[in-house]
Order: sequence, then C-alpha cells, then structure tokens
Amino acid sequence: MTSQVSSPAEQADGAVVTEQRKPAGTKDVQRLNRVIIRFAGDSGDGMQLTGDRFTSETASFGNDLSTLPNFPAEIRAPAGTLPGVSSFQLHFADHDILTPGDAPNVLVAMNPAALKANLGDVPRGAEIIVNTDEFTKRAMQKVGYAASPLEDGSLDGYNVHPVPLTTLTVEALKEFGLSRKEAERSKNMFALGLLSWMYHRPTEGTEAFLKSKFARKPEIAEANIAAYRAGWNFGETTEDFAVSYEVAPATKAFPVGTYRNISGNLALAYGLIAASRQADLPLFLGSYPITPASDILHELSKHKNFGVRTFQAEDEIAGIGAALGAAFGGSLAVTTTSGPGVALKSETIGLAVSMELPLIVVDIQRGGPSTGLPTKTEQADLLQAMYGRNGEAPVPVVAPRTPADCFEAAMEAARIALTYRTPVFLLSDGYLANGSEPWRIPDLEELPDLRVRFAQGPNHTLDDGTEVFWPFKRDPRTLARPWAIPGTPGLEHRIGGIEKQDGTGNISYDPANHDFMVRTRQAKIDGIDVPDIEVDDPDGARTLVLGWGSTYGPITAAVRRLRTDGESIAQAHLRHLNPFPANLGTVLRRYGRVVVPEMNLGQLTTLVRAEYLVDARPYTQVNGMPFKAEQLATALKEAIDG
Amino acid sequence: MAETSTDGRSTTEALALVPKAAAKQSMKDFKSDQEVRWCPGCGDYAILAAVQGFMPELGLARENIVFVSGIGCSSRFPYYLNTYGMHSIHGRAPAIATGLASSRRDLSVWVVTGDGDALSIGGNHLIHALRRNVNLKILLFNNRIYGLTKGQYSPTSEVGKITKSTPMGSLDAPFNPVSLALGAEASFVARTVDSDRKHLTEVLRQAAAHPGTALIEIYQNCNIFNDGAFDVLKDRERAEEAVIRLEHGQPIRFGVDNARGVVRNTRTGDLEVVTVTPDNEADILVHDAHAATPTTAFALSRLADPDTLQGTPIGVFRSVERPVYDSQMTDQLDAATERHGKGDLAALLAGGDTWTVVG
Repeated sequence: MTSQVSSPAEQADGAVVTEQRKPAGTKDVQRLNRVIIRFAGDSGDGMQLTGDRFTSETASFGNDLSTLPNFPAEIRAPAGTLPGVSSFQLHFADHDILTPGDAPNVLVAMNPAALKANLGDVPRGAEIIVNTDEFTKRAMQKVGYAASPLEDGSLDGYNVHPVPLTTLTVEALKEFGLSRKEAERSKNMFALGLLSWMYHRPTEGTEAFLKSKFARKPEIAEANIAAYRAGWNFGETTEDFAVSYEVAPATKAFPVGTYRNISGNLALAYGLIAASRQADLPLFLGSYPITPASDILHELSKHKNFGVRTFQAEDEIAGIGAALGAAFGGSLAVTTTSGPGVALKSETIGLAVSMELPLIVVDIQRGGPSTGLPTKTEQADLLQAMYGRNGEAPVPVVAPRTPADCFEAAMEAARIALTYRTPVFLLSDGYLANGSEPWRIPDLEELPDLRVRFAQGPNHTLDDGTEVFWPFKRDPRTLARPWAIPGTPGLEHRIGGIEKQDGTGNISYDPANHDFMVRTRQAKIDGIDVPDIEVDDPDGARTLVLGWGSTYGPITAAVRRLRTDGESIAQAHLRHLNPFPANLGTVLRRYGRVVVPEMNLGQLTTLVRAEYLVDARPYTQVNGMPFKAEQLATALKEAIDG
Repeated sequence: MAETSTDGRSTTEALALVPKAAAKQSMKDFKSDQEVRWCPGCGDYAILAAVQGFMPELGLARENIVFVSGIGCSSRFPYYLNTYGMHSIHGRAPAIATGLASSRRDLSVWVVTGDGDALSIGGNHLIHALRRNVNLKILLFNNRIYGLTKGQYSPTSEVGKITKSTPMGSLDAPFNPVSLALGAEASFVARTVDSDRKHLTEVLRQAAAHPGTALIEIYQNCNIFNDGAFDVLKDRERAEEAVIRLEHGQPIRFGVDNARGVVRNTRTGDLEVVTVTPDNEADILVHDAHAATPTTAFALSRLADPDTLQGTPIGVFRSVERPVYDSQMTDQLDAATERHGKGDLAALLAGGDTWTVVG
C-alpha cells in the first residue's frame, strides 16, 4: 500500500485511500504534536502484533515514529503473572523523534498484571484503558492486588477508561459461530480498533493485513476485522471517549522520498542482500538460532531467488565454520548470533583473522553474562568483540545507531570485510533489532560499489624469473592479501591457522617472521579507511557526550532537551569502534569533559581512556532497557555543571 | 559419457559439475613443494602416497579439488597436496567443508581428520555432516591415540589403555567410528588400512564416485605412541584370520581357504562367525552395501573384538543413494527463482507499506 503525504489536509482527503474510515465528527478533536502509547498484556494476548499493526498504520499515515517491543524470553510465560507481561511502546509525532519515548501518554492494560507491571512508568494524568473483564478477584490476587485498583482509588489522577474488552469482542463476534475462546482471541484487534479511532489511524492497511494473514482461514480473518471495526465503532459511540486526537504527518521532518517502516533486523538483512548485489558475490549465511538474532536467518531464508544460501547449522561453531568455508570459496559470508554465540565462535574468528578471509560476524547483543536476558538489550559485548580471542587478533567493529541505520551499517561491514580480507564485527543490539522507525528507501544508484577482484594469476617473480602465486603477498595500500578462490588454475595454495611466512604463506615458526606478521595484521586493521567522526557542537560547548550504537536516539533526544533549556553540549557518535576515526583523539581532547553513556559498565570509556589518555567518564545502565531521554538529560546536565 | 565405478554405478552425479583436467595427470602433479614433516615410519605417508596416486585417476582439474583438515598429525595432509587446501581448527573441518561444498558445487571437497579431531572435539560436526549428506569425502585416520599432543588416549582407544594421561588405564568405552557413522545416517561408510594400498585405493575410488558424504575410516599406525595397534590386520598370517573383506554381492567369508563365514542367527537376528560347512554354506550372508536399511551394516560393524580386532571387516559397509544436501540447496534456489523471478533488490526494499514525501 502506498499513500502520499504532502500536507495534513491532503492526507485527510483520502485520495488514494478507498475505504478510509474517519471519525464521524460528532466528538471533539484535539491536535497533539506527539503521543506515546503502550500496549500491555499477557504474552499470549498478541500485544506485539497489535503494536506492529498500530505502527504500520502510523507509518503509512506519515508520522515519525520509534518503537520499543518488550517481551519475556518465555514463549508463553504463566498466564496472568507479572513476568508474563508483554508490551509494545510506540512514540509517534508530527516532527522527527529519536526514541520510543520515556513515559506513555496512554497505557492499554489487558489484565491486572499488565496494569501493575507498567503503572510505574505512567505519569499521572495519562490515559489508561483497562480490560475490566480480566479484573477478576483471582487474577488480581495473582499479582498481589488485595483490592481492585479500579475501585480503591489507586488510579486517582489518571484518566481511566474501564472497557469490558473481552465481553464486547465476544458480543461483536456472536454471528461468527466461534467458540467463546476463539472469539476472545480477537480482543487485541478490538483494542487496536479503539486506539485507531482515538488517533485517527488509517484502517485499510490492517484490514488488508488480516485478510492476508488469515488467507487460509477467511472466517478468522473476517472475525478479526469485525472485532477491529467494533473497537473503532465503540470509540465513536461510547460516551466514555469524549475526545479523539490528531497527530499530523511529520511532513517537514522527512526529506523527499519514499518511506517504509523498518525494524533493525529487517534492515540488517536487507543490507546484507544489498551488499551481496553490490559486491556481485553470492550471499552465504551460516547461523544457529539465537534470540534476538534469529529473525535475520528467517528473513534471509526467504530470499533464495537472490542467490542467498542460508545454512542452519548444528551449533554456533558450525554456523561460522560453514560461513568461513563459503568465504574461502568466494561468497560474501556472514554468521549471525548474539553474545553467547560469539563466545563459541571466537576460535573460528581467530582462524579467519589468521587466514585473512572476508567474513561478517553479526552480534545482536543482549543482556549477559551467560544466557543473561535473552530478550532484553545491552551493549556489553564491545570488549568481547574487540579482544575476545587468543593471541593478537584484531577485528574491525562497526555499529549501527538506529533500526534503519542497520542497512547501511551492514554494507559498511561488508565493505571493510571485502576490501581488507578480514572478519568484521557488526554490533547491533536487541533494541535496534526489534525496534522500528521510518526508513527512506534508497535508490540503488546510491549504494556503494563493493565489487572485488579475485586473484587471477601469479603475483610474484622469484629471483630466477619464475612467476609464482604468493597467497600472502599484500596490497601495499590496504595490506590485504589476494583472495584466490578454488577453481582458479595455477593458484593452488594452502592456508590455515598456523603462522605463515610473509609472502609465500608457507608454515613458519621463525620468531622474526611471527613478530612481523602479528604487527602486519594489526597494521592492516589500524589502517582501515574510516571517515572522521563528526561533532555536533553549535555553540562551542565544554562538555562532549560520546556514544556508540543504539544509544544514539536517547542521547540525541537528551541533547535536544538540554539545548532547548539553554545548555551548551556537544555530541559525537561512533560508527567505527575499531579502528577509531583518525580524528577521535583530537576531538576528545578539545573538551573539558567527556561523558560516555553506555548500556554496559563503561566499555567504550575504557577503550578511549586507554587509547587517548583522556578523562572520559561513563554513564551506565544495564537494566535491559534503552536509556530514557529525560534520565540522560539529567545525567548530562550534572556533567555540564560538574 | 559417465564413468562407472567397479560396482557399475554411475559417478556422474558425484563429480559431474567438477571440471575435468585438460591433460593427463600423474602422481607428481599432486605433490606440493612442501617438505613432509610426519615422523619417519608414520602410516600417514602411505595414505598420502595412495591419495596422490589415486587422484590422477579421477582426472579432475586440480584447481577444483580442495582438502580441508582440522588439527592433529593427519590434519597436516593438505599442505602436501598440490590442490587448494585449508588446515583449519580442531574438529571443525566438516563444518567448514560443508559451507564450501554447499556454496561451490564445482569443487571436489575432501576432509582429512583423525580420531581425536573427528570423534572427540569435532564429534558434533561429523555426525551432522553425515546426516545432511553434503558432497564431502571424509578420510578419518584412526590410530587410536593422540599423536600431536604426545600420547594421550583417544576416543577410539581400548578401555584400560595406559597413557600419559591415564597411568592407571583409561576408563571410557571407545567409539566404533563405523557404527557411529551408520547411526548418524551416513550414506557411505567404509573402512580400510593404511598399508594396504590396493584396498585403500579401491575404497577411495568408490567414495569419490559416491554422491553425498562418504566416511572412510583408515586404520593408521602411529609408530611413536601406539605402534603395532593394527598389526593383527597387517601381518600376513594373522590377517588372514582376523580380516573380513567385504565385497558387495559376495558371500562374507574369510580365513584360511575361506573356511570361515558370517551368518545371521535366526533366533537373535544378530550376526555371528561360523566355520563354513556344506550344511551352512547356503546360509552365509551375502554382502549388500546397498541395502535399504543400515541394520546389517551395523551388525557387521560390531563383529570385531574391540580389544583384539579379531574379525575386523574392511571394505564398503554401506553405500546408498539419498538426496544430497548441496544439490537440494541449489534446487531450492532455482525453484525460488522460478517461482518469484530473479531477485529484484529495488522491489524488495520498497516492499510492504510505503508512503511518499513530496515536499
């Protein structure tokens, strides 16, 4: 579906929208510039789907948006319990925004557990829509409510809308001949319909989605659509909802172009396919399922008509092993995993360092150590990516900053891997992986040329004039060795993890040669061409905030708040963690104070302090959630004030 | 025109996509310029010579042959062959070779591994390669000892083995690699002996012709840490009684004057060795390497005494055709392209719900 967004008025006329439902106009309409909604329910209530659909409606309406799905690691955690609560937060606005928002303006709580687990994040005055049907004595006792929070005054100060969502849904579907249990399952669509009415969301995308999702069960599709419409109509008719809201499209926030909403993992998968096309090399993914990286395997496995081979291996080690084998054979090779998988792959990454073959290692970081928090986000694998191997085994590290940025970051990782014949870490995280935002779809002409030249013939002349192929004779500019793939006549050679003689690649235990090779491999990585870091410093601040990866959104939002309040602060964000941009030391030394917010205990801080002898200070959080803008703004203000 | 192997089956599918050599090759063409660094007297020399001697027979373009190894004495093998090669890390060669073979069907990919590499640290990759049936030929050099780390017991060592790490004798029961491979759904399983070049070459020939994963266990003498481990199978007089030579379609008989034979115990269903008499001659089991189930091949793999190696079958236990992983992977790519057309990146990126900002 495509809609045109040029101005709010034009959007509302529905020129390309054939069956657009619109509020009838009998109620007050308020204009807002931004809204944060959180859907919360049991992990079986379909909250992620509800959030996804509301996001799609919002994206196609043309708002800027940012999302934060938050769910337990259990597929079906015990029903009605606090640990079983699954939520989806969406921030949308008529201007450009950077985070999924700190505090919801609207909480949809499908049961007592959802209310209890989320109420602490909801400021007084916010709207709370509760499914009263689920507030039974037993359900409330299960989460420790001695009395009903709907009646004991504990929700005073909130704008509470008690709605018997389940009953209304079942009632709306009574014509469908479904069992009560089946009908109840559509209550998330009723809630979605109600919220879609409240915020004037376009509806036909969701109806088309439901038809397609349940194409094989048309009666279920129709029931869900009926529930969705019933929710909309309920909003329109019931007196409890006196006001609906408009949030105009974020026309001015976006450059001209065609947009779609995209999650980090999807953007990353597309980036890999794009890199394969731009390199004119077949894509090979060796992977073992692991949260939160599996969606990349799922996505790439759908695109076999792009020549993409996906190999679900017996374990993490085989996943990277197969990828490395494919790299030897001339594929653009990738392995995808999360922190525990990286630990298992470390030896093979070292082999790739030693053999100097291109390989992309995607780490979608999650809470650690060990199994940690599989579905929560963290940035604590940075030092593992930097140093987690035996011997001197430098590996370049690239990090995306937003969900959509995963596309470009994947191509950048491919560029470095292919140009320098090296494994490269692409460090995303759970927040980027599952979060989403609008993405301007690039023209293919904008994409970088990643083509490589395989070795085709001899590259060295011996003293006696014989032309030979030396697998470790390097390109003097990049220090990369030739990539000679099997099937090339005359270039038969052997590589491996044992130290090799410079040039010939023969096994060598010579001390001086080893010293030379260790230094050369390091020099190759140190010499990688990465762009200078850009500093956003409009008014000569004394304090610099330095970030990397997914903290970009919260840091930038916090910086905006501070500047709006008249504070002076500079901001810089790293895409390349290894090697650092050449100007980073100069930049850091320019500021009296350097603050580094990280979702770990200060790993980037450690690196920059070690590298540049600057007194950078960390501001850290490891609770499995991204920073909130307000919290960061407060911390940065303290840094500014010293 | 398809070549045919000795049992008459076509080799077309196994090697059809691998380019042929332009000119006739000799053993010399497969010797690399590297000095061979195994201990003098090591069984690996004989295996290397047999492989180098056999390769010209395949007539494949040398540049389309790849040897991938793990870690251990045997894993130095690729350095000594003038083909493409990778000396990888401990136990991982089957995984690495799987990625190579499934992305490059124009290559003939061989894995060289040992009993520690394949069955201990790399056991997982071995069994999964076998069940997937990737087009790989795995040469498992079994010397029943750790050589490169200087003499600890291995997962094929006999129970009670006194070694540096087991001064009071090893406690763990050994793997039987042939049994293990059959249990892992291997489509081709054979056993041979380093010193029997003729037999070794014949097994290589059949393995090369096999579409899918072939596992060849090669009993290999480590003359430093486990010398004479297979003498009973090599010494001419003793071997006649100890070795059972399996040949497809032939009655399973061995011993002086073929006096001994293998029959099925009709009560237990198991196999046992009997002295052949006119009365039981008709009952002697006829070896069927292509049997639909691995049951009898497994029973054959259990005949040998694990300590004395008496009654050790060698030859091809099992050779059956089943779908080959890399062929099927390619078929899926082709089917997807047929169904959806060749991938269109612009269309992919612009998929889903989109909106346009016109300024």
